[in-house]
This record gives sequence, C-alpha cells and structure tokens, in this order.
Amino acid sequence: MTTPVIKGVSYCLAHTPGLVRYGSKPHREIQTDPLVLDKILNGLRSFDEAVAYLPNQVFIGNLRPHLLNQYERPWTTVPHADAERFSPWGEILPEEEFYGWLKLADVFNLVSFEAQFLAEQVKPKLALHPLMMANDMEKIGSGVSLVEIEEKVATGYALPLYVNKSQLIGAFEAGHEEDESLSAHTLLENLSNKATGIVAMRHALRSFDVQAENIQYVLGCDEEAVGDRYQRGGGNMAKSIAEHAGCMNASGADVKSFCCAPTHAVNIAGSLVQAGLYKDIVVIGGGSTAKLGMKFAGNLSKNMPIIEDQMGAIAILIGADDGKSPALRLDAVGKHDIAAGSSAQAIYEALVINPLERLGKKMTDIDKYAVELHNPDATEPNGNGNVPRGNYRTLAAMAVKRNEIERSEMKRFEEERGLPGFSPTQGHIASAIPFLGHARDMIMKQEIENAMFIGKGSLFLGKMTTLSDGMSFLIEKNKGVNPDD
Amino acid sequence: MKLAGKKVFVLGERDGVPAPAIEACMKQTEADIIYKDTQCFV
Repeated sequence: MTTPVIKGVSYCLAHTPGLVRYGSKPHREIQTDPLVLDKILNGLRSFDEAVAYLPNQVFIGNLRPHLLNQYERPWTTVPHADAERFSPWGEILPEEEFYGWLKLADVFNLVSFEAQFLAEQVKPKLALHPLMMANDMEKIGSGVSLVEIEEKVATGYALPLYVNKSQLIGAFEAGHEEDESLSAHTLLENLSNKATGIVAMRHALRSFDVQAENIQYVLGCDEEAVGDRYQRGGGNMAKSIAEHAGCMNASGADVKSFCCAPTHAVNIAGSLVQAGLYKDIVVIGGGSTAKLGMKFAGNLSKNMPIIEDQMGAIAILIGADDGKSPALRLDAVGKHDIAAGSSAQAIYEALVINPLERLGKKMTDIDKYAVELHNPDATEPNGNGNVPRGNYRTLAAMAVKRNEIERSEMKRFEEERGLPGFSPTQGHIASAIPFLGHARDMIMKQEIENAMFIGKGSLFLGKMTTLSDGMSFLIEKNKGVNPDD
Repeated sequence: MKLAGKKVFVLGERDGVPAPAIEACMKQTEADIIYKDTQCFV
C-alpha cells in the first residue's frame, strides 16, 4: 500500500475587470439601477495594480503568507515593488490573454472576438506564453468583424464582452435560445471556469515532476453547474479541462460540496492512490465569474478599487509516494458528520480534534492550520469581518479549553499557527487550499513539519438542507523512503 | 433574558454562530422561533 503525496500545486489568477459587470451581485444591481455600472467601471483597477497587489503575489506563490502581516491594510495602498506576473507554480493572466484562453476552451464556437483585437492584443501575447501547445493558436482563430459582433449582441441572446471598461471586442452567444441552463450568462460562467482551469492544470503539469500522459484521473472541485435543461449540474468539468492539458489517458469526475469540495477531492484522490487504483491524479478547480464584484459596494464605500476583479484557479497533483513530496495522512481525515452539530466548536471538534486524537497528537503539534482564507480587504469593508481571524480565534479558544495553551497565549497561537487571508473570495478556491502550495514548499524546505487544511461548505445555500459541511486533511514531511528505490 | 412566549427570528452566520446552534440555545428559553436562516458572507 503506497502513501499518497502532494506532488505539486499550481495557482492562477485571471484579471478580468471587463467581466465584473457579469458577476451575480453587480449584474443584479445594474439591472435595478443602470447608473451602478459607471460606479463599477470607475472602481476597476489596472492589470499592473492587480499584479502588484500583495495578496495576489502570495496567492500565486511569490511571497510567503506571513509577510502580509508586515504591511498596513488595506493592502491596496501598499503595492509590491518587485511584483512578478509569473511564479514558479502559476501566474496572473491579463484580461486580453484570458479571452484568448476562453476562445481556446470554446469547442462549440460560443464566443466570437473582433479580428483586430485578436490579431493585435491577444495572439501576439499568447504566442510568447510558455503554456501554449501545438494547434492552440489555430483554435483561437482569426475572429470576426465588429459589425458581426454587434449583430450577435442585438439578437438579445448574446452577451457583449469588453476591454478597457467599455470597448466592445466580443460576443458570447447562448447555446440554446429556450434553455436557461445554456443561456449566454450561464455558459460564460462555465467556460470561464474551464479556461482558468486549463491554465492552472497546464501550469501544474509543466512545473512539477509529472507527465500529462501519466495522469489517469482528474477530480473537479468547482461550484459551476454544467449541463442542459434536462441535467443541469451533470458536470464533469474535470474531463473537459483535462482534454486541453494533454491528459489523454485520463478520465475524471467532479466532487460537489460547495466550498469544501476541494478538501473532499484531495482525500478522495489520496484514497484512490493509496488503494492502488491510480498513480497520478489531478484535482482541479477553475474560477467563478458569479463571485466577481460580490462585495464591490464595500470596496467603493471605502474608496478602494474593486478587488474582486479576478478569478482564481488551482490544480493539485496527488500521486504515489516519490520519497520526497509531503505525505497525505489518510488516517487523519476529519469529516463533519450529520450528527456532529452545527456550532463552531462542534465543527472543529469533528474536523480538527477527532483526527488529531486518532494520531495521539495535540493541537499544538500542528505547525500551521489553513482555514477559510478569504482576503479581509474584500470582506471587512463590506461589514463581513475578517473570516480567517474569526476561525483562528475559535481554534485558539479550543486549545485553551483543552488546556494546551494559556488564555494569554491565544494571540500567539493565532500568529504562529494561523495565516492572514490572501485568497480572492472565490468560494471553493478560498477554502483552505490556497496554502497547500506554500505548505508543500515549506515542508520540503524544512520550514515546517506539517499542516492541517480545514474546508467548510455552506450546503444550506442550496435550500436542500439546513446542514453545513466540512472536511479536513493533514500533510506532513515525507519520511524519505521511495518505494521504487 | 426572559424570552418565554416571545417571537424570535434566528439569523446565524456560517463562520460565526450558525442558526441551528442559536436555535438550540433559544429552545431552552421557551421562545417561539418563527424564522431561522444561516447566511454565508463569503
């Protein structure tokens, strides 16, 4: 029986200010009051500002999370002087290139771009992109005329796409005129998720010691509902993405559990590896257009730029023990059972205390806890508090209750074992896993020994249950015994 | 706090105190819970 290991993690951001208007909250607000659109357009930031934004540099892996604590907030006021668009494991995509990836992902010709825009702003940049594969430029095509785009939009079945706030450069058509599940808006959500997922998956396969053709299975963990009117949510975004990343020997499926789907997916992938069914698996989660601008009003009320102008995507490589990558402890999986109770204490008892007790470990034996890592620059101006801090305080209080630390040591517990929130508020993307890449790197560089990841999901939002959900996993330093040696 | 016979709206938060946990406390007070909902702010 092999031990599953985390062989690599990639993170991508797609900076898409032109799509903020199609986020669920902005879209509804603009329908109620069309003047809101101008306020949103005037609150958008440039690509260079998004790259220099400290939490973004942390998200893609160029800066360690704890360094954020050295800077005053909001972090929008302290641009990083040495910011890079690329990191060893990922990147921040500019909008023009994202549109190129969107077209590349579009196998049903849903999206059309203006020819000059493609020729001047998209293709020359993507031609230099390190992830481009054979035939990619061909798939992007040569575009259509602006008149043709205007005609498509005029039908009422296509969404106009813009750059530079209001420059029309494309149209996204519905997949069926009478099917809400295939409306232009829904398909834009799904195809954007697919496109960002492709970028993240290609980065993972390029950056780490894994060959695309050796990937046997992919697990999707996003929150989109792919399907037509007869099977909305039918899914398998995972396989749709893997097709574009060269994983030709893979099949896959999606795992659904709201924001904690990624932690479920990591444990399921680890189980498939440990059982010997597959040797290499990718867990993939693309970005969410629905959450763009979700808290724009909070940012604007504080004279901040709208920071929810970007989608996040993550790809996690889980494989058989290589003797070096951090091990996933399947004997320390935490799950939030139906009977567990819904208080914060009951949830953490199920997700943290129970698995640690199974291993005979204390809370203070874990070097880092990753919880909901939402960026407080998005949540606090909107009156939603500092989400990770609230979670760490609960954890610290539980350590006090268990007599592991003194009450006076709670702040220290939070500082030493917690993390600042640095993730875009992209639901599944923000739930614990933004730290997985750093944790892997920190364990391999002897900075920490282990880390626990605690994901939570708001099942009740779907109106099928009043329950919430949660799942946790623990990774630790590899013992260094390669079974192939 | 005396809540016996009072009508109570329970509004919880996923990352704070969820509605079912507040409801469990309210039941000890004999309050009449007429609405409960948990919000997720992220």
